[in-house]
Amino acid sequence: MSVVTKNTAPSTTPGKPLAQRINWVKLAPWLYTVGLFVLWELLVIVLQTPPTILPAPSRVFQAIAQYWSPIWKNSLQTLYTTTVGFAIAVVAGLAIGLFIGWSKAIYAGLYPLMIGFNAIPKVALVPILVIWFGIGAVPAILTAFLISFFPIVVNVATGLATIEPETEDVLRALGAKKLDIMLKVGIPRSMPYFFGSLKIAITLAFVGSVVSETVASNYGLGNMMSSAQSQFNVPLVFAGLLMLAVEGIAMYALMAWIEMRMTGWAHRSSMSH
Amino acid sequence: MPHLVSIDNVDMRYGGAAGTLAVSGLTMKVGKGEFAAVVGPSGCGKSTLMKLVTGLHIPQSGVVIVADKHVTKPVSIVGMAFQNPTMLPWRTTLDNILLPLEIVERHRHRLRANKREYVEKAEHLLETVGLKGFGSKFPWQLSGGMQQRANLCRALIHEPELLMLDEPFGALDAFTREELWCVIRDLHAAQGVTIILVTHDLREATFLADRIFVMSARPGKVLKEHTVPFARPRDLEVMYEKGFNDMVHELHGEIASARVVA
Ligand SMILES: Nc1ncnc2c1ncn2[C@@H]1O[C@H](COP(=O)(O)OP(=O)(O)OP(=O)(O)O)[C@@H](O)[C@H]1O
Ligand SMILES: [Mg+2]
Repeated sequence: MSVVTKNTAPSTTPGKPLAQRINWVKLAPWLYTVGLFVLWELLVIVLQTPPTILPAPSRVFQAIAQYWSPIWKNSLQTLYTTTVGFAIAVVAGLAIGLFIGWSKAIYAGLYPLMIGFNAIPKVALVPILVIWFGIGAVPAILTAFLISFFPIVVNVATGLATIEPETEDVLRALGAKKLDIMLKVGIPRSMPYFFGSLKIAITLAFVGSVVSETVASNYGLGNMMSSAQSQFNVPLVFAGLLMLAVEGIAMYALMAWIEMRMTGWAHRSSMSH
Repeated sequence: MPHLVSIDNVDMRYGGAAGTLAVSGLTMKVGKGEFAAVVGPSGCGKSTLMKLVTGLHIPQSGVVIVADKHVTKPVSIVGMAFQNPTMLPWRTTLDNILLPLEIVERHRHRLRANKREYVEKAEHLLETVGLKGFGSKFPWQLSGGMQQRANLCRALIHEPELLMLDEPFGALDAFTREELWCVIRDLHAAQGVTIILVTHDLREATFLADRIFVMSARPGKVLKEHTVPFARPRDLEVMYEKGFNDMVHELHGEIASARVVA
């Protein structure tokens, strides 16, 4: 698959004013981000909010530089618990999704159970996980897993359960077994749903791991922010938030990229609804 | 002529004892190598008939025999094509056409070792339907009519003895349809395959078929059977003859009155 780069012609044509040679659409996210920080800085200056309420971004960046070593360590820890929990969720979600989508009877029987399970706020499970596994990385990983595997299951199962009856008929008339139909049609067909759900799942995984770290761990950004908060080190709290945002955006972008690479066909065909 | 398909006094009801009775007392026989067309009012059970013959549905009473075997499970000597092409969008057109070979017992174990031979065959089929060189394209890169042609190739790749076509040209424009009629006509002449075609287009039925079965409104059964007298090979010009129009007219009248009875 080749990537067609648009707007290359104007940017190479000399003699045009600078403003026309810049790809504003590509630049927009960065400009808006910088804009947000500038606005925030101005707001803090104008309202003269004390750094213990809302620190200015300059103050936050200063905190990042000052505490770089603990921030870096805790960021890696959070990234680690989140990614491990997410990886388990991908494997388990794919397996359970395939199992549920396999037959109409299993789908009908397990779906309400899954909905019920998903309705439980996963934060409420953290104390139980602590009782079972003690405080530390394990509850964080498990919370990330529990909170993020549901969208994967639902998406994979839906992809399988919505195979067009005609396609199934054509294959069954050739003597295809259930396994054949799943391998040739069901699983490839549910892949766009699966990869689409990864973006949602990774975001949720961060929620799970940070919540668990906040209440039940001695490591990670969640723990760092809660101890910074108890020392009224508000700039450090915001520094933690910023790192979380950076990690979240990076992982989301990675998932979106994987989705594009793996299931480009689904964006061009009319299959996806 | 020995019968390839024999349906005898078949009842088929959907959804349990209180469900819809789709066909009732259906009897029809199709000889080997014959081209049969089935016409009838909408909802009279034509698609049901297709599913009975292919073994996708098993009737509650009556007997369906295909190639001397009582049908109790899907029979794998058939190729099927429906109105919507059901190509898999993640496979190239060529891989879509090769799909039946990955399923049918007879071929699936030979496929890997004899891939070249099968690909050549698929490319030959593509050429026959006027899609030479489109094998590497994805289905969504083809027009509706082109997908329908590829669909035909897929139905034919495993050399089925029986080809079941359920309104395969419904969504096409008149010119493409006529072109594909000729493709089907030539395939039938060249390969001696038995074809059962369900259609709403009476001219299509008359142009292509040896025999035409007219079905009643639901619950469907065969009301009348016509033998089409025109000599083969038929040219599209045959459609402008008087005898042809008389036949279409007669079929039209029969279906119109079958609808009124319902
Ligand atoms: N899966 C199903 N479940 C329940 N009823 C069905 C099912 N399939 C078909 N029927 C019913 O059986 C009857 C015959 O359906 P069928 O699809 O065979 O009609 P048809 O002749 O192919 O119609 P058309 O010309 O519109 O395609 C219809 O009344 C329909 O409601
Ligand atoms: Mg039908």
